[in-house]
Amino acid sequence: MANRRLAPAAEQPQNFAFTSENADWARGQIAKYPEGREASAVIPLLWKAQEQNGGWLPQKAIEAVADQLGMPHIRVLEVASFYTMFALAPVGRFWVQLCGTVPCDCCGAKELKAALQERLGPPGHVTADGNFSWLEVECLGACCNAPMVQINQDYYEDLTPESLNKLLDDLAAGRPVKIGSQIGRVSSEPKDAVNTLTDESLFDGSRVGAWRKRFEQTEGADQGGESVKQDEAASTEARVKDETKPARPSAGRANESNAVDAPAERASAGQIPVKPEDRAQAREAKAPIAQDPAVEEDKALRTEPPQHPATVGAGDDVPEGENPEARADAAGTRPKGLDAPRDDRPDDLTKIKGIGPVNQRRLNDLGVWHYDQVAAWSPTEVAWVSAYLAFPGRIDRENWVGQAADLAGSKG
Amino acid sequence: MLADQDRIFTNLYGLHSPGLKAAKKRGAWDGTKFLLEMGRDWIIDEMKGSGLRGRGGAGFPTGLKWSFMPKKSDGRPHYLVVNADESEPGTCKDREIMRHDPHLLIEGCMLASFAMGAHACYIYIRGEYVAEKFALQRAVDEAYEARLVGPSNVHDYPFDIYVHHGAGAYICGEETALIESLEGKKGMPRLKPPFPANMGLYGCPTTVNNVESIAVAGTILRRGGAWFAGLGGKNNTGTKLFCVSGHVNKPCNVEEELGITFRELIDKHCGGMRGGWDNLLCSIPGGSSVPLVPAEQIIDAKMDFDTLRNLGSGLGTAAVIVLDRSTDIVGAIARISYFYKHESCGQCTPCREGTGWMWRVLTRMAAGRAQKREIDMLLEVTKQVEGHTICALGDAAAWPIQGLIRHFRPEIEKRIDQYSANPHMDAVPMAAE
Repeated sequence: MANRRLAPAAEQPQNFAFTSENADWARGQIAKYPEGREASAVIPLLWKAQEQNGGWLPQKAIEAVADQLGMPHIRVLEVASFYTMFALAPVGRFWVQLCGTVPCDCCGAKELKAALQERLGPPGHVTADGNFSWLEVECLGACCNAPMVQINQDYYEDLTPESLNKLLDDLAAGRPVKIGSQIGRVSSEPKDAVNTLTDESLFDGSRVGAWRKRFEQTEGADQGGESVKQDEAASTEARVKDETKPARPSAGRANESNAVDAPAERASAGQIPVKPEDRAQAREAKAPIAQDPAVEEDKALRTEPPQHPATVGAGDDVPEGENPEARADAAGTRPKGLDAPRDDRPDDLTKIKGIGPVNQRRLNDLGVWHYDQVAAWSPTEVAWVSAYLAFPGRIDRENWVGQAADLAGSKG
Repeated sequence: MLADQDRIFTNLYGLHSPGLKAAKKRGAWDGTKFLLEMGRDWIIDEMKGSGLRGRGGAGFPTGLKWSFMPKKSDGRPHYLVVNADESEPGTCKDREIMRHDPHLLIEGCMLASFAMGAHACYIYIRGEYVAEKFALQRAVDEAYEARLVGPSNVHDYPFDIYVHHGAGAYICGEETALIESLEGKKGMPRLKPPFPANMGLYGCPTTVNNVESIAVAGTILRRGGAWFAGLGGKNNTGTKLFCVSGHVNKPCNVEEELGITFRELIDKHCGGMRGGWDNLLCSIPGGSSVPLVPAEQIIDAKMDFDTLRNLGSGLGTAAVIVLDRSTDIVGAIARISYFYKHESCGQCTPCREGTGWMWRVLTRMAAGRAQKREIDMLLEVTKQVEGHTICALGDAAAWPIQGLIRHFRPEIEKRIDQYSANPHMDAVPMAAE
């Protein structure tokens, strides 16, 4: 918060009134707001009053604006003292506001500040000729063109102490100056290195209306969505050909690369090159109906009454299209089962993390009733069960065998 | 690098005319009526589907925000207010939109207003942007003249758009402070609830959106939410204007895909790091309010909301301030603290008193004139300011300091050691407890 006071009475003018031109302008501003909300125009009116009064806001102007808007004087004084763009004391003919916030500060605003201090004296002080006064202000929002100053209403960017001094010389002498960047930039583009927005078709009007195709196709064809997708794909392909978009480290790839877990690696270490469950998974992909849930769902929606999405492709269901036992036989050896639980007291297999009621039922069907049975599974048997339950790798990941051994131990 | 065809702000650098005719050639106001006829729900669904997150700093989903407006008016008018009070240090993107591509913004205002049943829109531009205000007003006048907007316009949806300006208060970038200011009061944030969607400008349902969020709406609706969602990554979709400032060879604004890495952003667009990559000290990736991220963590990080949040920082407004090893980092954060001290509105005590206290202590630390135990005391005070104020300015003042202490505590300690190793006339002061 800044502590801001009105200028001493000696400096205050005796009266203030808008010129007729500015009064018209003010009425136009007030008309922007709904009836009874005239107070909204207080900032624009104060700003205009400040402009008319040579860059600072006297008490009489504050009161005149308050009267015009039907506001208590104190409310307008509050506003005038709250907003830092209102100068409450006289300023120089050229009011230099130097941005000193971090992006400017680290790019040379400190040097500009020293230059201003040396040339114009302490901040907030009008030079003897009445030409200049300066102040360090907070971010002016031209950070890509740092460091910069605002002089009256205009921004001067990409400054050095030398160019700032020259700028002030020119202003004092009444010579024309260039607003904006002082090093020849148009705005905030990379200097002399614009490598974007160079495609001429963006500017010649040839793209106008091109997007409508999306809607025409949606209306025209039954599978509107698909054709749009194809269209997008085609355009992407066409673009990729001449657009060099470098691959990003993570683009579309798995988070971790299992270089040591490759078939060749395993073969050289004397293991089975392709893990049994991976082989089972590969076979799954060749199954007559693709296991893509989106396709399944789409088919279900088109041919049958809509199903609840949760029931389509739910994980615990037996996948259609192939006998799970046959698939499992390809992956490993079937663990031996019991015909019935020992003493007719099966263990609660759901205590093993990863086994729910459905999987417990299916394990029971295989004759697996007890923790010690699970604990005794060999790797090939694990592979078989994995493939049977269509959970490749999950048994190892969740360590069912270890969990079962613990449970069997605690039971015994 | 993002393809030119996928860039929304095609006149970002002002190399072409900002006028209506040229803007139409670039694709603005193209089929706006058709989009309006698709209906309110379609517009909101399409915006939701695009995954657009607000571009003003907080990253709240824009489509969702629009859907909070009452479906039917209860007799009160609805308002759209566009937040063009761009003052976050490091941020200078909305300025380019307003002076170079204003018609994208005006068209976006029309579409957004239609989607939320508003017939009037106020654009609140910061007072310092005088030239931008005139540029935007000129574009609005053009749109009125061409009957694209106005009480009776070619789109058959009565719609008025007004340019309003502030007078230099950072706090007016906060949505409720902005509404207060627009009502002609001091910009002091309001308590929420009630939220602006129920009680906003003049007590009517209001939505406040950032300039960039609104200006991308037209292009998103034309090319489809799916197109926008296909750029960037999951939850961090689309393109974003990045404002790169500080110690890079060629600081600039550039539109890029969210999720571009920091290294690629600097190398592709900003002429590389000043003095090479080894010279990078740290970066403040989202405007001064977010904590800094040291070089080794930021250098290959993806620039998107979630990655930066996981690094303990944030994307904010995507104002990337790059600092090299020549930076006095404690002094720089002290300067940021001064900014928040200057801009605190003075309404809540923790912020009004805390920002000044933190600045004074940090200034001493920058010179080494402090005790080591004050570092922890300072950290504790930042925690006491954070989250205990009406608006987020208290948080914004606390976070940069927390980031400094998290990553550069040895630097502060080194300065204290250096100072105390030399003889000085005055005793080392201690903050009042």
